[in-house]
Amino acid sequence: MSQTVERAAGIGAANALELRDLDVVYRVRGRDRQVLRGVTLSVRRGEAYGLVGESGCGKSTAALAIVQYLPRNGRVRGGEIRIDDRDVLSLSRDELLALRADAVSMVYQNPGTALNPSLRIGKQVAEVFTVRGATKAEALDRARQALVLVQIADPDSVMQRYPHQLSGGMQQRVLIAMALAKNPSLLILDEPTTGLDATVEAEVLDLVAGLQAKLHTSVLFISHNLAVIAKMCDRVGVLYAGRLVEEGMVEQVLRDPRHPYTVGLLRCIPRGGARKDHGRLDTIPGFLPNLGEELPGCVFADRCALAQEICHTEEPPLYEVGEVHVSRCYFHEQAHELPREEAAHLSLPAVDRTAEPVLRFDDLGKVFRQHGNDIHALEGVSAAIWPGEALGLVGESGSGKTTLARTLLGIVGPTSGAVTLDGKALEGHLARRSAAEVRALQIVFQNPDTALNRRHSVRRILRRSLKKLADLSGAPAEARLLELMQSVRLAERYVSAKPGQLSGGLKQRLAIARAFAGEPQVVVCDEPTSALDVSVQAAILNLLVELQTQRRVAYLFISHDLGVVRYISDRIAVLYLGRLMELGPAEVVFAGPHHPYTEALLSAVPTIDGGGRERIKLAGEIPSAAEPPSGCVFHTRCHRKVGEICELEEPPLVEVESGHLMSCHIPIEELRRLQVERSETA
Amino acid sequence: MSTVATPAPVPAPAAAAGEARIARRETLGQLVRSKTFLAGAVIVLFWVFWAIVGSRLTPDDPLAQSSDVLKGISGDHWFGTDQLGRDVLSRVLAGASATLQVAPLATLLGIAGGTTVGLVSGYFLGFVDDAISRLVDAVLALPLIVIAVTALAALGSSRLTLIVLIGVVFTPIVSRTVRAAVLGERELEYVQAARLRGERAPYVMFVEILPNVMGPIIVEMTVRLGYAIFAVAGLTFLGFGVQPPSPDWSLQIADNYQLLNAGTYEWTVLFPGLAIASLIVGVNLMADGLQQVLDR
Repeated sequence: MSQTVERAAGIGAANALELRDLDVVYRVRGRDRQVLRGVTLSVRRGEAYGLVGESGCGKSTAALAIVQYLPRNGRVRGGEIRIDDRDVLSLSRDELLALRADAVSMVYQNPGTALNPSLRIGKQVAEVFTVRGATKAEALDRARQALVLVQIADPDSVMQRYPHQLSGGMQQRVLIAMALAKNPSLLILDEPTTGLDATVEAEVLDLVAGLQAKLHTSVLFISHNLAVIAKMCDRVGVLYAGRLVEEGMVEQVLRDPRHPYTVGLLRCIPRGGARKDHGRLDTIPGFLPNLGEELPGCVFADRCALAQEICHTEEPPLYEVGEVHVSRCYFHEQAHELPREEAAHLSLPAVDRTAEPVLRFDDLGKVFRQHGNDIHALEGVSAAIWPGEALGLVGESGSGKTTLARTLLGIVGPTSGAVTLDGKALEGHLARRSAAEVRALQIVFQNPDTALNRRHSVRRILRRSLKKLADLSGAPAEARLLELMQSVRLAERYVSAKPGQLSGGLKQRLAIARAFAGEPQVVVCDEPTSALDVSVQAAILNLLVELQTQRRVAYLFISHDLGVVRYISDRIAVLYLGRLMELGPAEVVFAGPHHPYTEALLSAVPTIDGGGRERIKLAGEIPSAAEPPSGCVFHTRCHRKVGEICELEEPPLVEVESGHLMSCHIPIEELRRLQVERSETA
Repeated sequence: MSTVATPAPVPAPAAAAGEARIARRETLGQLVRSKTFLAGAVIVLFWVFWAIVGSRLTPDDPLAQSSDVLKGISGDHWFGTDQLGRDVLSRVLAGASATLQVAPLATLLGIAGGTTVGLVSGYFLGFVDDAISRLVDAVLALPLIVIAVTALAALGSSRLTLIVLIGVVFTPIVSRTVRAAVLGERELEYVQAARLRGERAPYVMFVEILPNVMGPIIVEMTVRLGYAIFAVAGLTFLGFGVQPPSPDWSLQIADNYQLLNAGTYEWTVLFPGLAIASLIVGVNLMADGLQQVLDR
């Protein structure tokens, strides 16, 4: 076994990082629970190595173990960690500090909390140099250079600012500058772009890739997102339940995965233009094993459709399946034969757009007052949703997606415009709406952890919703409750569990059940899957489509993940700075010709399949809604700006072709020509 | 954000109901393992025991006078005797009773009042919150002892007035703690979800939010209990609290402190003083222990 690994890893003193048979345990309730199970991998000099897997698989634990920064209840029980050929586990406290100061850098997921809020950026970056003995003036000078390196346009002004005065993307740049400042032999990036918008993510990834090529830094890149790994890394290791199950060159693993887990992961992502009417998404059934569970056989056996008896009793060795491609599966040759989700016998409801829409909003505007400024969060947004339809809502953060949802639901009242439900005007505020109107509009929130009362049991949560939304109590309510749980595939045994005892996916099922308690007509789904792992996401999307088929409910589906939006939506609305830029059938919006903003958004998304399109770089950051640009609000960043007219005149939202609305001065034929041209040159 | 960066243990769905019981037992287990909490609990339980059994188990009747006036520490009277020849040990042991009736009830009243005010203030925000907060500021600006003495002088001293008074004085203090906790909770989506199914404000406040802010409230309660004991002792010493002939500790000190001028008879004051101190330390130790466990 170790032979294959050593060959695959190309062993030698030149490796920036080497893990050998690394076992890490966490002590929970008085027992050691194994989190990493004999992980062996190496990052060669100048190489970018991706570590991928779902949450709870041990990715972050591996990163923390490498820098010896495990939480208090965690420890390395066995194995070896070598950075630059130095044995990390045998270092003294001082040597370890020196190692962290010189050789290893780490960039975390949330840039907002990784910077000290009370220190100016300049001082914080300079600290990297002062701890290594630079004088103050020298350190500040080098800090400035470091910021220039990460393409911060005006380093002097940024150095004077505090972290909260920078956007998330800027903060992450600063952190990358700090991490690279000491020219580390190993840079660990732990989900560095997960909290960022697609456009910002693309920029940060481009930056890291560029710097890596320039500085030849060795990178350990941790991510749950296979597309990001595909874009950034040379080799990839797939981690499942603390075990490295597959490893190889990125293109090879993604094109020809040889472990059923990798196959499953790749299949459950909606991509390549997958849509709900093409069939259900594949899922990975079952759950991750409990923390520290004894697994005598293959760690994935319990969820693997290919598993035979031997898989449950005996751990498979690492098979060499390609030149630098290993898989820990007995049936690695059949991995791609993993059974697929059975073909859909869903008959999606036909949407009749000549009928009355279930929900329509006309010229909706919302102005917030903040520190004496008017923030125009929404400006003249009009659209309609028909029964049984899903309207996707996309845009960067700050584009007004959530404000639109909250305004429709009546959590905040609109400043102008009207909302009508089934042709009847709705009151702006929830409190003044009738019970029937309240139950007609429901929501599924992004984060099921905070959307469910953690002190209430499943039964209590659903019973209360049934009482308020369906007027049911006593035995009929109990019967309906079980029915409801069954319809969202929440097993009956959870009925007295509290949300804290459910996994993320189960919590979201409960939240969906709650929204459906009173037969709603429109359900707002506000990023319902973005807090979930991809395999869970697929199951939740399947469930939402199924419920839509059965009940002809309409969705307003908000997501930053364009693959997900494309899968579930019939029509798509693109928001920018609270204004509608484009609205049309999903296929048309994706196929183009697109609004220039949509075009840029689409080009920013990394795809697993790789693929030709070069990214359109949007200039600068999203402007403040307090001072929106004149004319077309997008003109400050638009790559297709035609001239003065864009700055002076706001283009109207007009129907450029049947059912396809766009707000742009460029005629549609011209856009079509430009965009075809661009895809041909790519 | 798609994944959680912390290596959180994956919940075991199969053992869901069992895990809840384990979690509760775990909190309890941590309390029992906390030396701070245990030490406090032992002290407090000691005084609760004596408050309940009172004069039935004390060596002498705490109220019985004798001719052995102001006798020092001896085998007959371990803590000596006071001006009226009463056994100080018996009086110290029996002296917890009044305080331990008044202080907890006053604390409960203050917690109930403060929780309600804090929930209302933190949930509604806006004008309601501004009005309540200014009122709370105003009340807190007044020195406690001045209000209390004035009110007790006007209303006459009884245990009931003492309880109500301390409870009312505590209300604004508690309300601040509760308001702060509510501010964090009200932004969570489950509160919006409740409003989106048409729940009224009282339901959202007391059924949805209250259970989630119980941790800080429980900690505040133990802290307040310490202060309540303190307040009862202070007011009693000034003559506005527990009235004679109760063997209350502060009364004993008030009765005897003038004797200290002579530089002798210190036992008449020392032992009741130590008793008060021990009870307050005990309660505070419990508060610290609870805080450590609940604030994780």
